[in-house]
Amino acid sequence: MSSNAGQMKEPFIRMAKRDALSQQKAWGIRGVAFLLSLVTGGLLILALGHNPFSVYASMIKGAWGSRTVIHETIKIAVPLLITAIGISFAFKMKFWNIGGEGQILVGAVAAGAFGLFTAHIFPKLPLVILMMLAGIAAGGIYGLLPAVCKAKWGTNETLFTLMLNYIALAFVKYLMNGPWKAEGSSYPKIGMLVPGARLTKVFGVHWGWILALVLVVAAYIYFNKTKQGYEIAVVGESNNTARYAGINVSKVFIRTMFLSGALCGLVGMLQFAGADYTITEGTAGGVGFTAITVAWLAKMNPFGMLVVSVFIAMLERGANTIQTNFKIPASASDLLIGIILFFMLGCEFFISYRLIRRGKEETHA
Amino acid sequence: MLSTLNSLFIAAVLAGTPLLLGALGEILTEKSGNLNLGVEGMMFMGAITGLAGSYYYEQGVVKAGGDPSGVLSALIALIVSFLAGALGALIYAFLTISLRANQNVTGLTLTIFGTGFGNFFGEYIGQKAGGYVAVSEVTKNTFSKLHIPVLSDIPVLGKLLFQYNWVVYFAIVVAIIMAWVFNKSRIGLNLRAVGEDPATADAAGISITKYKYIATVVGGGICGIGGMYMSMVTTSGVWVHGCVSGYGWLAVALVIFATWSPARGMLVALIFGGLTIMRMYVNIPGLPAQIYDMLPYVATIIVLIVTSMRQSKEHAQPKSCGNNYFREER
Amino acid sequence: MGATTEYAVKMHGVTKTFGKVTANKDVNLELKNGEILALLGENGSGKTTLMNMLSGIYFPDHGEIYVDGKAVTIRSPRDAFSLGIGMIHQHFKLVDVLTAAENIVLGLEGKAVVNRKEVNKKVAELASRYGFEIEPAKKIYNMSVSEKQTVEILKVLYRGADILILDEPTAVLTPQETDKLFAVLKNMKKDGKSIIIITHKLQEVLAISDRVAILRKGEYIGAVNTEQTNQAQLTEMMVGRPISLEIERTAVKRGPERLQVIDLTCLNGDGVKALDNVSFTAYGGEILGVAGIAGSGQKELCEVIAGLYPSIGGSVLYNGSDEKEPVKERILGLKPDEIVKKGISMAFVPEDRLGMGLVANMDMTDNCLLRSYKNKKGIFVDRKTPKELAQRLIGELEIVTPGVETPVGRLSGGNVQKVLLGREIACNPSVLIVAYPVRGLDINSSYRIYDLLNEQKKKGVAVIFIGEDLDVLMQLSDRIMVMCGGKISGIVNPCEVTKEDIGLMMIHTEDTNEKEVSA
Repeated sequence: MSSNAGQMKEPFIRMAKRDALSQQKAWGIRGVAFLLSLVTGGLLILALGHNPFSVYASMIKGAWGSRTVIHETIKIAVPLLITAIGISFAFKMKFWNIGGEGQILVGAVAAGAFGLFTAHIFPKLPLVILMMLAGIAAGGIYGLLPAVCKAKWGTNETLFTLMLNYIALAFVKYLMNGPWKAEGSSYPKIGMLVPGARLTKVFGVHWGWILALVLVVAAYIYFNKTKQGYEIAVVGESNNTARYAGINVSKVFIRTMFLSGALCGLVGMLQFAGADYTITEGTAGGVGFTAITVAWLAKMNPFGMLVVSVFIAMLERGANTIQTNFKIPASASDLLIGIILFFMLGCEFFISYRLIRRGKEETHA
Repeated sequence: MLSTLNSLFIAAVLAGTPLLLGALGEILTEKSGNLNLGVEGMMFMGAITGLAGSYYYEQGVVKAGGDPSGVLSALIALIVSFLAGALGALIYAFLTISLRANQNVTGLTLTIFGTGFGNFFGEYIGQKAGGYVAVSEVTKNTFSKLHIPVLSDIPVLGKLLFQYNWVVYFAIVVAIIMAWVFNKSRIGLNLRAVGEDPATADAAGISITKYKYIATVVGGGICGIGGMYMSMVTTSGVWVHGCVSGYGWLAVALVIFATWSPARGMLVALIFGGLTIMRMYVNIPGLPAQIYDMLPYVATIIVLIVTSMRQSKEHAQPKSCGNNYFREER
Repeated sequence: MGATTEYAVKMHGVTKTFGKVTANKDVNLELKNGEILALLGENGSGKTTLMNMLSGIYFPDHGEIYVDGKAVTIRSPRDAFSLGIGMIHQHFKLVDVLTAAENIVLGLEGKAVVNRKEVNKKVAELASRYGFEIEPAKKIYNMSVSEKQTVEILKVLYRGADILILDEPTAVLTPQETDKLFAVLKNMKKDGKSIIIITHKLQEVLAISDRVAILRKGEYIGAVNTEQTNQAQLTEMMVGRPISLEIERTAVKRGPERLQVIDLTCLNGDGVKALDNVSFTAYGGEILGVAGIAGSGQKELCEVIAGLYPSIGGSVLYNGSDEKEPVKERILGLKPDEIVKKGISMAFVPEDRLGMGLVANMDMTDNCLLRSYKNKKGIFVDRKTPKELAQRLIGELEIVTPGVETPVGRLSGGNVQKVLLGREIACNPSVLIVAYPVRGLDINSSYRIYDLLNEQKKKGVAVIFIGEDLDVLMQLSDRIMVMCGGKISGIVNPCEVTKEDIGLMMIHTEDTNEKEVSA
């Protein structure tokens, strides 16, 4: 039994779980990671032959530089925030709803059914309410499908919700090409919502932003103070414990996913009636995916989501500016969001673990 | 009728190949217990880098006054796309294996990042090239159908089996090798143990980290090649914005359909490939094209539900899939 | 092997910490060649951690390890194998979907291709050499517990280990299977192997070992020759003070019928009967012990009664506490909250404390809330009452925690159990079902739990106690119900039978269901 192991030294680096780190230090680590991600992004910009500082500055200016762009930035942030809140309902119970895109689209279509075809029947207020209810119901029901299957058979919800995105997308394309095609249009598109039915603007942006702020507070209260919020938390931690406590897990799945989808559907309605005034295959525009990162970065805290969604809206708006100013494609924002999130995901490790280098004595924090 | 079926079969093989490659990469990854939802992202990365590799190679050679070689160009596309997919997977592997980040979210982030990566560089290189990126005929020809002496000339069968581009055969070879490795080899046995029960594999002296890293990175590379197929074959060597869109996710779904078996993956890829192009071959009056486009996704959902209704112990996802492993966890 | 020194293994000054918890502090341990060393200590005394460092699972913070007199560094299980050290873990480390033989060769160097026929043959040969019975091509998920243990031992032997470590190998075995295992261990000793057996059962120590090393709270207390010691001395070394190991059995007059289980039958996930026509009655003011090998249907029994697992036949009747006018309620098939709604107070302490009874990531308040959040009307939760309960429990049960805001997952096993049992008792139950309540607890905590159960019994509660340690069951219970393969093989008075009698009942029912097992 010869051994080469006998001669080996202690491993060069090993890791150990650390005790709970103080909040201050934890945020310090996150801050450093965030800066590092910006540096990485900066290096990329540098590699493309631009000055990172002027590009970043131009991004900020492009997002906050004038009243018009501020409105634009907020217009991007609103759907992102509401969708993130919606998705966090599902994520809190570890239900991986990545079907935000599809839920937004069906919400928009349902709202469109009323907005486009009954605008001449109803006055504005009832019409807007109808559109809202339709969007909420459609999004909710679309979110319900995978929840019912998950509750009944344990069907994998990640792929289910995802496939529903593409089905909704194909459906919108079908409407664009066929039944809802705008009259007289040479290429496939859906007609415009009549100006009289469009959402009223408050300080230059449709009132969706007020609704979003209300939802932030409401979601916070729902998660932390209500029985249903408590049930979601228990189900998210352990289905067995939930059953043990007499919680009807299926019911919670279904109810929560309805709410999750409903909020996304509401976003679809807002996009249709407040921002685009029509429905295209870009109505969701990746919001359903980006919102996941918003929710995750904010650790499912609605107030955190407010901050993060405004930040990401700034990146996206800023990316448009750098496309014009520097000829850097706007997809750069996706790239940058990806990089930032990679760093934020990675840095959590250093909050829960510490590394011990060979030969170094351990020091306790 | 028969000729329609034949051409449907051929088109299904062609459309199914990128799905097969993506699924194979994901099967390999999942066998090690890593659920990488970044397939779409890695395919995007492979798609743009493969195309860019060929493009810059051609440009370089032409600038130097030479004639670009199609074979070399294809080889470069293959290697570069593999490396790009592997790079994406490496980021994922580092975050989930070394830094224990949540696999679901990391995979989704990789999808966002990779999609951005593909579209960003696709447009960027296009801008520099003065409009759009496209490879020359030489490279395009290398990716068109092969003519294998004798075999390709067999009536009917030759057309059905021996007249595809080389990537199709490459994908099949990869599938066969993978099936063999999983079922016969020592490495495969160890890998399965890592994915099923890392604590046990660890106690048996298998390096969890090494197996997970290698499987995930190689798996990502294979996904990257799948992406390269999209840009080089499906769109004929021209960068189309968002060209992979949805295919990566179909590949992830296909893994379930194939019950984590590379051999079954080939059959399933053929079916899915068929569904994606059916509208061009089977015409049901009154059914618009966009409804056909839903078919693969609807089929996936049906398969998801059916497989979830009957649970099987062996034809199932590796048990530890989705969970990170830390030996000293208490 | 080469130069033989007296000691196969020497550990010197070994320390290991997990966060703030010191699992081992400056431990010295010596294993002589060809001996069986018992490593004795309470739960949580650091026995397993120490052995995990020898087998490469953990890496020590400080200290040296010598094997055959040479200083070694064991960084991984692979290193341990190459030094001839093999460990049989308490929780089997086997891959379910692989065969016995595949598990045995797992991780070994060798040809690129695994020749399954050849491997099966080799494994069968090795098994027959030591007198094991095994089917090399059988999948692990089709195996019984003792078969799995056999695979584990073969795995270590196949690797040519000279130093074997067994972590509580008898915990899952019947007394008869234990005897068989001990016979095999003695054979191995004759073969020149050195063996460490981790245990906290004193009788076993005396029965099998040559020497005993004792750990207490992570520290090495000393080693004695088995021939020169006795239970009392070992206990004192293990616990740190002389204590009586007698468990008090409070004499209480048996109360009325509380829970009547009639012909209860249910299926497990594979469609095999997990409970087969189970009938018994639990009375108020008694502790009904339930004995049986792990997986004989105990878990299903608890969960069916608690409304967490579906049954396919039979009934469960609850008798109200009003003795003059007994109210009979059928509770089978009701969900836990529906049982509560009927006004029945039934408490259940499940085996999986952090996976079912509690939420590991939530604090004590939110965990106490688990049972009561529905009591308040309206849509909001009330956290005041559970917070008060949490604070009261901390005081009454001496729960060691930084505060009510600390996630319960961060507490030690004993304190976790106190939170769980405390919360359940706070519901003032009339039926209390506890599954393996002292598993993983140290002696002090265990006795505190026994006291709590006795208190409940005095109050007239019907206590159903699922246990694994027959000695404890026999001392604590008023009656013992023995389960085997989902059936009840008998209900006995512990004063009238021996441990061996119960052991036999654990593996024998009148009509055996051998057919189903081998199918």
